[in-house]
Amino acid sequence: MAEHNVTGQTIIVQELPFKDVPEKKDLLQEDHRSKQFADMDRVIRLYAGERGQLIRILQKAQEIFGYLPEEVQAYIAEKLEIPVSEVNGVVTFYSLFATEPKGKYTLSVCMGTACYVKGAQALMDALKEELKIDEGETTPDGVFTIKSTRCVGACGLAPILMANEDVYGKASPGEIKKIIQTCRKGESVDHKKH
Amino acid sequence: MIIKSIEDLKRVKEKYEPLIKQRLGHRNGLGLTQIMVCSGTACHSSESQEVRLQLEQELARRGLEEQTRVIKTGCFGFCQYGPIVMVHPGGIFYCQVRPGDVRELVEKHLIGGQVLERLLYHNDSTGKRTPTIEDIHFFQAQRRIVLRNCGVINPEEIGEYIARDGYFALADVILHRKREEVIEMIKKSGLRGRGGAGFPTGRKWELTAAQDIQPKYVVCNADEGDPGAFMDRSILEGDPHSVLEAMTIAGYCIGANQGFIYVRAEYPIAVERLEIAIEQARAAGLLGKGLFGTDFDFDLSLRFGAGAFVCGEETALLHSIMGQRGEPRPRPPYPAQEGLWGKPTLINNVETFANVTVILREGWEWYQGQGTSTSKGSKVFSLAGKINNTGLIEVPMGTTLRTIIFDIGGGIPGGRQFKAVQTGGPSGGCIPAKYLDLPIDYESLKEAGSMMGSGGMIVMDEGDCMVDIARFYLQFSQDESCGRCTPCRVGTKRLLDILTRITEGQGEMEDLEMLEELSYDIRDASLCGLGQTAPNPVLSTLRYFKSEYVAHVRDKRCPAGVCKALLHYTVDEDKCIACGLCAKACAVQAITGAPKQPYRIDPEKCTRCAACVAKCPRQAIQKGTGKDVAVLGGEAGIYAGAGGAENRATL
Repeated sequence: MAEHNVTGQTIIVQELPFKDVPEKKDLLQEDHRSKQFADMDRVIRLYAGERGQLIRILQKAQEIFGYLPEEVQAYIAEKLEIPVSEVNGVVTFYSLFATEPKGKYTLSVCMGTACYVKGAQALMDALKEELKIDEGETTPDGVFTIKSTRCVGACGLAPILMANEDVYGKASPGEIKKIIQTCRKGESVDHKKH
Repeated sequence: MIIKSIEDLKRVKEKYEPLIKQRLGHRNGLGLTQIMVCSGTACHSSESQEVRLQLEQELARRGLEEQTRVIKTGCFGFCQYGPIVMVHPGGIFYCQVRPGDVRELVEKHLIGGQVLERLLYHNDSTGKRTPTIEDIHFFQAQRRIVLRNCGVINPEEIGEYIARDGYFALADVILHRKREEVIEMIKKSGLRGRGGAGFPTGRKWELTAAQDIQPKYVVCNADEGDPGAFMDRSILEGDPHSVLEAMTIAGYCIGANQGFIYVRAEYPIAVERLEIAIEQARAAGLLGKGLFGTDFDFDLSLRFGAGAFVCGEETALLHSIMGQRGEPRPRPPYPAQEGLWGKPTLINNVETFANVTVILREGWEWYQGQGTSTSKGSKVFSLAGKINNTGLIEVPMGTTLRTIIFDIGGGIPGGRQFKAVQTGGPSGGCIPAKYLDLPIDYESLKEAGSMMGSGGMIVMDEGDCMVDIARFYLQFSQDESCGRCTPCRVGTKRLLDILTRITEGQGEMEDLEMLEELSYDIRDASLCGLGQTAPNPVLSTLRYFKSEYVAHVRDKRCPAGVCKALLHYTVDEDKCIACGLCAKACAVQAITGAPKQPYRIDPEKCTRCAACVAKCPRQAIQKGTGKDVAVLGGEAGIYAGAGGAENRATL
């Protein structure tokens, strides 16, 4: 939920997740969860000895969990013996950290200037139109997240669309449907590059 | 092997030199064919690694792997024509090589001994294909000093860097020179910081060296956040050891034993190359304890940015390295006095460090002779936007914009008119056509209302709306404002509000004065460079393109045809066949009509989505900017302002 404060900055108000009665599926998830925390412990052991590695630890945590929920932030703070406010301050400052789960595919449109003057906005509009979600949001089925990204530096291929790590150079709004469909099928996208 | 002396370096050099010499055009009877595959980010994104793997497989299949080597290399700069593959001996330069071309390339070139014409660079003006780099104008007009190793060496092999006289400067400094002597050389060379502001590098070294506090730190700022800039990334990807060597030299001169490279996490290839380079330098004894048998220790560690533009500002960067929120703080104290963990810290940009080794190798006297009276040496620029040859270039300081854009860059595609070039990213400004003959250096760009910045150059043509561009940059700065000081946090927001209003046709004439006044306030009152320079895109466009602002505000039209709210779609009644497809396509029922009568668009209801334009089989729907009317067809209408053939092609 986004609100605007007096200065016009967007502030995010967190909603608490709704807790269900545990089922069989949940128990399986719990097992997965404890493995994730074990991985997390290894990362913390690896970096805790060095000064100033909080950002690195958070990056690794995001690789493990996919995003950084409050639970994970609190866990890291406890292990590093620093206030959770400090961890949360860092998480909310940097744009690479997400506090909400992301879709299976993150479709990012490069919004560097070179891409912008070559039609990145049209690409973004078409993407929003096709998936019926806004920037930074995830489709209800949890498959796609749309975001705009900072310059990826491959300006010769502008405008650029990325589906996770795959780069689609010189992308056009007309190709978006095809890219989305193939993502849905779970295949890699057969994209004819120019 | 641990390298302890200049003799050790020479031995490594001897081993790798024949390979390098062949790549530089010597026909030295090596009996080996070397295939260089560009592995920079741009070529990587267009499957250059797939090409490399297929080459290796194809060579193995034909039993050619003994006499042929496939080598990864850094950016050639000719990104528009990637992936690039270069074959030595002969220096045959192949463009846009696809994995599907590999077989033919191996058959024809490696087995048949003939050049595969089809993949050579095609010169559109002469209509000829040219086989080597020397024949391509893009390269002829450049002078590669910092980028000398990009495209020549394998960045993942330290021996090849040593064969290009790498680490000799470090050995010389540690074994034979006094710190003051080296700092004096850097000062005399006239090198200035390549990160944007242009502070004299030698002076910075001297200030940090003069601090009587231990420990000290050396930091490399590789947080290249300007949209459309990729110089630093290309240096890190193509020649990482040049940065490592220079940082170690800096460490020796200022008395530091630890360095940090702060690099964007968005640059995975650069990060990987740096990790490999650091590992190899450690293994060779060129980083770590007791370098060259002396008691000087120096080691490096990587720190990653997590997506915050403000971290390019030095005090914010320091906070980020310490694992905190990347917010800037007031200066003084400068980082040279109080930096990382309160200790003296030297911060230089990637390109600045890359220049240091050049100065020490070639001599400050030589370096000082390059460039203009105030700005020495060369500058790397990344050319992008509406330009034929997108890519990475290096020219001496003082080169004119015309040479860069029309000579090296090959001009504007589709025969369109040059309108402006944006330098310095969100901190810079737009320079109009009247300054095309301006020799560029730190001072001249500043006078023209822009700045050198890190070296991004985005070319714009008549299809770009300057008000919209100013809005685009303000959106960026507003997004990236860290919120610490009010002038930047609130000021950029207000600037953005006004600009958005103008592009939506809600602007008033007073807004223009307000924009200017507010811009000066933000510039004067902000805490750090981000806020102080954020109004530059507004001020420079107001200065050179005021008529466009006036057209938006007074006449409610966007001359470039970009701002959606100011466009008008009309049906050309002569062309309309009353098929009704447009009315069906319209989501807001703005189009009405009846059989055999031309359809009409109600401008009040129309949302300018251009869905009707895409559907019309007769291209009867026109986009108008108020006075002039452009006919659109097909997909082009979806991108506002995409009337030209070139734009259609890129879409």
